[in-house]
Amino acid sequence: MSVRNSTPGYVLAFFPTLALGVLFLVPFGIMASISVAHRVTGGFYEPGFTLASYWRFVSPFFGGILLNSVVLSALAAMLAVMIAFPFTYLLTRQPRRIQVPVLVGLLAVLSLSEVIVGFSWSTLLSRSAGISNLFVAIGLMEKAQSWTPGFYAVIAGLTYVSLPYATMVLYPALSRLDPELPEAARTLGASPLRAFFEVIVPVSRRAIVACLIMAFVYSLGSYLLPSLLGRPQHWTITVHITDQAIYQSNLPFASAMAVFLLVTALLLVGFTQRFLGEKA
Amino acid sequence: MSKKFKQSTALSGVSRRTVLAGAGAAAAVAVTGFPAVIAADRSLKVGAYGGYFKDSFDEHIFPEFTKASGIAVESIAEPTGEAWVVQLEQSAKAGQAPADVSMIGQTTMLIGQTTELWAPLDLAKMPNSSNIIERFIHTYPDGRVDGIGAVAWYITLCTNTDVFKEAPTSWKFLWDEKNKDTLGLLALVSNSYLLEITAKTWFNPDILENEEGILQAMNKLAEVRPNVKLWYRDEGQFQAALEVGEIPAGQYYHDVAGLAAADGKPVRSTFPVEGGVNDSGCWAVSRASKKLEEAHVFMDFMCQPEMHALMSRKVGTAPMVEQSKTDLTDEEFAGVSSAIDPVVPNYAMQIQRKDWLAQKWTELITEG
Repeated sequence: MSVRNSTPGYVLAFFPTLALGVLFLVPFGIMASISVAHRVTGGFYEPGFTLASYWRFVSPFFGGILLNSVVLSALAAMLAVMIAFPFTYLLTRQPRRIQVPVLVGLLAVLSLSEVIVGFSWSTLLSRSAGISNLFVAIGLMEKAQSWTPGFYAVIAGLTYVSLPYATMVLYPALSRLDPELPEAARTLGASPLRAFFEVIVPVSRRAIVACLIMAFVYSLGSYLLPSLLGRPQHWTITVHITDQAIYQSNLPFASAMAVFLLVTALLLVGFTQRFLGEKA
Repeated sequence: MSKKFKQSTALSGVSRRTVLAGAGAAAAVAVTGFPAVIAADRSLKVGAYGGYFKDSFDEHIFPEFTKASGIAVESIAEPTGEAWVVQLEQSAKAGQAPADVSMIGQTTMLIGQTTELWAPLDLAKMPNSSNIIERFIHTYPDGRVDGIGAVAWYITLCTNTDVFKEAPTSWKFLWDEKNKDTLGLLALVSNSYLLEITAKTWFNPDILENEEGILQAMNKLAEVRPNVKLWYRDEGQFQAALEVGEIPAGQYYHDVAGLAAADGKPVRSTFPVEGGVNDSGCWAVSRASKKLEEAHVFMDFMCQPEMHALMSRKVGTAPMVEQSKTDLTDEEFAGVSSAIDPVVPNYAMQIQRKDWLAQKWTELITEG
């Protein structure tokens, strides 16, 4: 890194470090300390040190829930990237006057709360007012059907909310992509599709992995969509954390689950970066 | 009604210190002639369940109190469930009270008791409390009063009238094989009271006294799972689905269903032969509140039969005083309550076996 003025680097690093410390490490420390506190059944919790909440989590039952959450989030992340990547690539090839309104429109989606998104999807996928009525009208289906709550409803919701983020992460990388690369591929006789898959996708691998990780972590943290659009077997671990914290006032167990979730997320992210992010 | 209320306040609703302060204020009034300024100085933060409940109280109930007492009410939207008691307790540790008086559910009252969260109340300062049916006066195990009945409500069997032409008569309706994938039920053991419903419908309420009996009820309840389309936490989600017939039947709140029906929505609420679930909330005061006097004045005011009648008419809750003390007609009373012996939530079970119940519930009922 080049230093142009006399301000030493560590001074500049001070504020982000402080912000990270105050906004992330301190709350995490509080959460970790609560996770080992002693649970008082029928009451709150008392300070202390016990691993009981962690042991409660270590069971096939909660292991299954954690696995479900990971699979659901990974699927949604992959779908989001699969849609966002070609979309963003085509977008960056457009003139600026088209790019700007599309990007603003996407950003506008971010201003919708998850509650609105959840309710919209549940209406959209309902039998009485949903899109299946449209399919009936154009003769694709015999009878209107209800697709919510269910697995695909959750996936649709999670993919939808991850999509703008995925586009935002991919956009800088794809707009910097040298236009000569696909052109060279075309000159050498590759079809546009082949150029896309064999040149553009591999060149953008780092951005894709970053995007996957972001969409995955984002989906993993979503609480409302799985609880609004899913059946109990699709309730992710975040739903269970909320149940424990809000409805059972069992903060130690909720905290212990949150620690497990965080560790799992970090491990998976680290793993993905190690094996997919580096040049093979 | 305000006349009667003022009288009781003057007799015993005010402590000596307030009387002295009041005397000073009276002197000030004599000098300045602006009593309204002094009245506006007194205020009370009251927590009510956010959404429909709080809105109705803001519109119909709290203004009556302010008019009668001169004490301004700042209403606080509190979450249902136990989140609020956690917040109250954490704040109380720091000497703060996010609300002075809150509407608190029965199990939540017991949780607060474990840390003495609730300020002991003085019934002598609330003469109107004698109107309240005795079982709705909440006490610590040693007999100190910590809560006064605020509102009661029922969870009943609600159906969409377009889909179900005839009203169901029994909770057994939930188990009917014809109702595959049509029901909406509350998602948690602690707010659905489905174990209590199951016990009363198929066995008897006593089986919930031990784990063996509870598991028996759970296994019976597990049979409804194929019929359940939605296990809901958010009432709005189920109500919307019920109104359009997307999820045409389930358990729901009698008061809100009644309002929807009055709005012309094709919804009906039925008290099954086994009874509706009768749940209730208390007014309770955080120990960190510095407005204990005003809180007593408020609770005393709310104990008047007129107020319970007003709440029945405007909020749709069941009165916590005998019908005979109110001017509610039989028809009005039937609209918010029922003579059928209700399903009574087993609060002791809910609190003593809380974590075990929640775990078994997730394993056997929802996730199953």
